[in-house]
Amino acid sequence: MSFNERVAAWTEAELGVEGKVLEVVRAPAHVLSVPGKDVDPTAPETIQLAADLIATMRVSPGCVGLAADQVGVSARVFCVDVSTHVKTKTHHGTYVLCNAEVLEASRNEKAREGCMSVPDLTGDVKRASRLTVRGQLPVTGETVEIVTDAFEARCLQHEIDHTDGLLFIDRVAGAHALHQRQTYL
Amino acid sequence: MTIHAITVLGHDRPGIIADTTARLAGLGLNLEDSTMTRLRGHFAMTLLCAGEATTDAIRADLEPIASDGTLTVTVYELPEEQAPAGAGRLFVLSVHGGDRPGIVSTVTAEIAAVGGNITDLTTRLSGDLYVVVAELELPADADVSVLEASIKRVAQELGVDATLRPIEADDL
Repeated sequence: MSFNERVAAWTEAELGVEGKVLEVVRAPAHVLSVPGKDVDPTAPETIQLAADLIATMRVSPGCVGLAADQVGVSARVFCVDVSTHVKTKTHHGTYVLCNAEVLEASRNEKAREGCMSVPDLTGDVKRASRLTVRGQLPVTGETVEIVTDAFEARCLQHEIDHTDGLLFIDRVAGAHALHQRQTYL
Repeated sequence: MTIHAITVLGHDRPGIIADTTARLAGLGLNLEDSTMTRLRGHFAMTLLCAGEATTDAIRADLEPIASDGTLTVTVYELPEEQAPAGAGRLFVLSVHGGDRPGIVSTVTAEIAAVGGNITDLTTRLSGDLYVVVAELELPADADVSVLEASIKRVAQELGVDATLRPIEADDL
């Protein structure tokens, strides 16, 4: 597995703007159900959005990723940071990806997922545990490929689904795979 | 040997399952299939039991469970049936959106129209969000893409989202 040093070295300091904490919208908000628009990763509004997503993720307990549609913006941008999660193996720290897509996915595993936009439910979802994703970093617009596994792979697929207008409840494994959330972080 | 369907519904409290199944065991009944859950906090259990006990004997034996008026117990004898062959293709349908009347009936009508059989279904209401997850078996000659299009069309009219996916085979 080739670790992406560039992504791992990325920090929100590269954005050069202060992020604002935004309100997270909840299903059934329409914005969560429509595919986001491609963005210009170098545009000031994209850079501000990236900073806002990270700021909002940081203040949300247990949040390991946040997509633009979750703060009401229908755009293909999300941030992730799974670095402190117990199920994480490989991780690239905090980063923002624009216009991301899955290139390769394999080794499906089922695990429980939640979402800040569906706060009272969790679901068992099969996702690839080996994943290659391509996207663009904000500010520079450079294209990066991330090869990862385990929880970071799951998180990236969850966030890319958001950019495609999908929620984890679109992918639950069966009629008994949807659960009332038992614990709130 | 007969099969009885027994339902117990009502106010949840510790011991309902233990009490009910002990009584059934005492009648020599074997639990063949069962589902037990809570719906909006209410206890809901359906049991299929096999054995020699008569319907009247089971009703009489379970009567004390319902005596305080908080639980309703029903007992019916079922005709012997072979489980269907299950030759169809299996899918999961997820539907979610703002709560409103008619979501389940409208979407499931599209499945019924192509001869699809729903084998399991759960709904959840979470705030304003209504979620339906159904497992279905579609006949071999059903056109999945046509069904998917018709489900998405009625879902759009209801203002909800619907996703139809094949059930992935278990890995082991």
